[in-house]
Amino acid sequence: MEKGVKLAKPKVAFYWCASCGGCEEAVVDLNEDLLKVADAVDIVLWPVALDFKRKDIEALGDGEIAVSFINGAVRLEEQEEMVKLLREKSQLVVAFGACAHLGGIPGLGNFWTRDAIFQRVYKEVPTVDNPEGITPQEKTAIDDGELTLPEFYDTVKTLDQTIPVDYYLPGCPPPPDLILNAVNAILAGELPEKGAVLAPDKALCDTCPRKETKPEKLLIKEIKRPWQIKIDPEKCFLEQGIICLGPATRSGCGETCIKANQPCRGCFGPVDGVVDQGAKALSMIASILGLEDEEKMTDEEVKELINGIVDPAGTFYRFSLPASLLRRKRMEVK
Amino acid sequence: MRKITIDPITRLEGHGKIEIFLDDEGNCDKACLQIPELRGFEKFSEGRPAEEMPRITTMICGVCPTAHHIAATKALDDLFKVEPTSAAKKIRELMYNAFQAEDHILHFFFLGGPDFVVGPQAPAAERNVLGVIAKAGLEAGKKVIEVRKRLRGILRIIGGKPVMPTCGLPGGVSKQITEEERETIIDTAEYAVDFSQFALELFDDIVLKNKDYVDLITGDVYQHRTYYMGLVDGNNKVNFYDGLLRVVDPNGKEFAKFRVQEYLDHIREHVEPWTYVRFSYLKNVGWKGFVDGEESGVFRVAPLARLNVSDGMATPLAQEAYEKMYEVLGGKPVHSTLAFHWARLVEALYASERVLELARDPELTSSDIVNLPTRTPKEGVGVVEAPRGTLIHHYQTDDRGILTKVNLIVATQNNSAAINMSVEKAAKSLIKKGNVPDGILNMIEMAFRAYDPCHACATHSLPGGMPLEVNVYNSKGDLVKKLKRGY
Repeated sequence: MEKGVKLAKPKVAFYWCASCGGCEEAVVDLNEDLLKVADAVDIVLWPVALDFKRKDIEALGDGEIAVSFINGAVRLEEQEEMVKLLREKSQLVVAFGACAHLGGIPGLGNFWTRDAIFQRVYKEVPTVDNPEGITPQEKTAIDDGELTLPEFYDTVKTLDQTIPVDYYLPGCPPPPDLILNAVNAILAGELPEKGAVLAPDKALCDTCPRKETKPEKLLIKEIKRPWQIKIDPEKCFLEQGIICLGPATRSGCGETCIKANQPCRGCFGPVDGVVDQGAKALSMIASILGLEDEEKMTDEEVKELINGIVDPAGTFYRFSLPASLLRRKRMEVK
Repeated sequence: MRKITIDPITRLEGHGKIEIFLDDEGNCDKACLQIPELRGFEKFSEGRPAEEMPRITTMICGVCPTAHHIAATKALDDLFKVEPTSAAKKIRELMYNAFQAEDHILHFFFLGGPDFVVGPQAPAAERNVLGVIAKAGLEAGKKVIEVRKRLRGILRIIGGKPVMPTCGLPGGVSKQITEEERETIIDTAEYAVDFSQFALELFDDIVLKNKDYVDLITGDVYQHRTYYMGLVDGNNKVNFYDGLLRVVDPNGKEFAKFRVQEYLDHIREHVEPWTYVRFSYLKNVGWKGFVDGEESGVFRVAPLARLNVSDGMATPLAQEAYEKMYEVLGGKPVHSTLAFHWARLVEALYASERVLELARDPELTSSDIVNLPTRTPKEGVGVVEAPRGTLIHHYQTDDRGILTKVNLIVATQNNSAAINMSVEKAAKSLIKKGNVPDGILNMIEMAFRAYDPCHACATHSLPGGMPLEVNVYNSKGDLVKKLKRGY
């Protein structure tokens, strides 16, 4: 066990990078418990709720903040500066939510380059009327002076590709019970080994309410997309031929998507020991596709079966492309 | 030339930065609200299976994920040319209205309301949700937390989780509602109807009975004569979930009415090099710059716009509130930006009443929740009225339903030109001869907070507002004055 943080009122910081505000909503979804947490700690930084004082953070001693919770992927230079500053001043840094942990949905941007994104967003979409091909610039001279914008990086990075991270709170967003557990563990100084993901080390399948209907030996003869069949609300998705990332994903989410009768898309990331969630998911699916009939199938039939997975990269790496061994689509060399 | 920067500092996703330039006399010459925010969903959605869009575009905004979820789901209906079952439509609309009510109520109590309830000139430290509670009472504060929790409970029942719901499918929804769940929804809806009425009474007591506030609402600083856009039903009543898009001109006369599939005939966007946001305008009027009036294609969306384009509300209590608002403010259309707050509360009441209506419909618990698509997909457009205005998703796919092109017209894009104009007008009205009054920060902030812009979406959810800093430099670039505030 690591020695914990045992201050009467530990200083806590919350910060966000490239994210959507959903992680902040998740904190507010603590409801009444939020007030208890706010009472037990001294919040020194929370741009959403409190006056942002970067220079106050700068004035703190190294390690004076007990813990910084940082959500969002890292994409802009200023985000990088800010998380580096928080790292210096914090005993613990927790990557909060799927984007900080794995890159998340904004990480799908790593399938493209900045130029391709700008081309689509500012020149190509059918509503844009932009004959001069204007795109946002870091510096723009106007009659009265100059306007500046932060640089938009080519590649989305996870938090731990930018600074060392002590713990991870997974999920899009992390569920209230895990947030509360993490905060309580930190306050009580009862922390697991550094680098731990603060969620159960089990696959989602192990806690899935449809576990009983998952056959011992899965066999998918034909991939079904979620709109192609009436989804049985009781039965294992894989058994129904629908791609579900349950076997390759960590549990702890409360199976909320499953309960809404939708398959898992992997926002919690992999279980301990798995480096690349997408590769794990791919090998898992490959192992159950057509299993028994494989030898009898023609190459053409095998191909057709595999083609049933219409977007393997975007499906298996939905939340984890920046954290994967691939990290991004290879850039074209000009 | 002096330059003033109002920068809510380095919060980059979802933050705005205001730059104010003074002329040689020290009057405001130009003001720009910059949005340093871009993630590129239009591009990286290419190659994804279309049916995943309701589960990808929710991550555009964690505050209004339900708006993207439903807009995406409706775009899928159109893409696959499949009509959702009657029960599915009701489930979706119910969920959508529960979300709308929650979002609107929260904006009023946590963000926009403090300016009025506590007062625009109140000390900054009190001008937040705690100040609202202090004035409205602790019981009211508890109710705010309770109503939010319960309305989000409805999103949990139908969509799995309130942040990032997952129930939308082309032709329907994935999950059936049980009778027990229906009872819970009815209870919550009744509570929300009561609460919304209470919020309107509070607005009446604290704002409307104070002449200074009414003068502020009706005063020139916050006026813009623009076009308005919003969804209306078959009777031209406000509808958040479905209908036709109606546009009225600055005199309130119908300018256009169209199906969302025809949006390209009506909406265009302008690009500026100094911000990442695109500026929507009416194609058939044209882009004339950041100006209002009949000659300018700038239009507004969101609560006040929706009320301005409609002939009323489809539920009885909200209709009363609607009539009262226009009576007090002198008839339609209302051009005061600050009236967005009032309109938002009228809509919260409508949304709550609508949830109750739908929850009482026995069909809600039907097992007939999805029609399977049979047609080859090609192109689809979906629209909803997000809390912050008209939201359009437009998808093109190959014949397997893999996305080839995506266009998203997000609510705040539609208001972005008007928000810039409102900020500039407030700055020009208030800064004279180099005098930068201390109250200017909040007066300018009020100009854009009324729109509940999504680039401030995170400030939307918690006590307080965006921290601001104004630095005033003389022509040599020396810092001569520093204004700072935050909650």
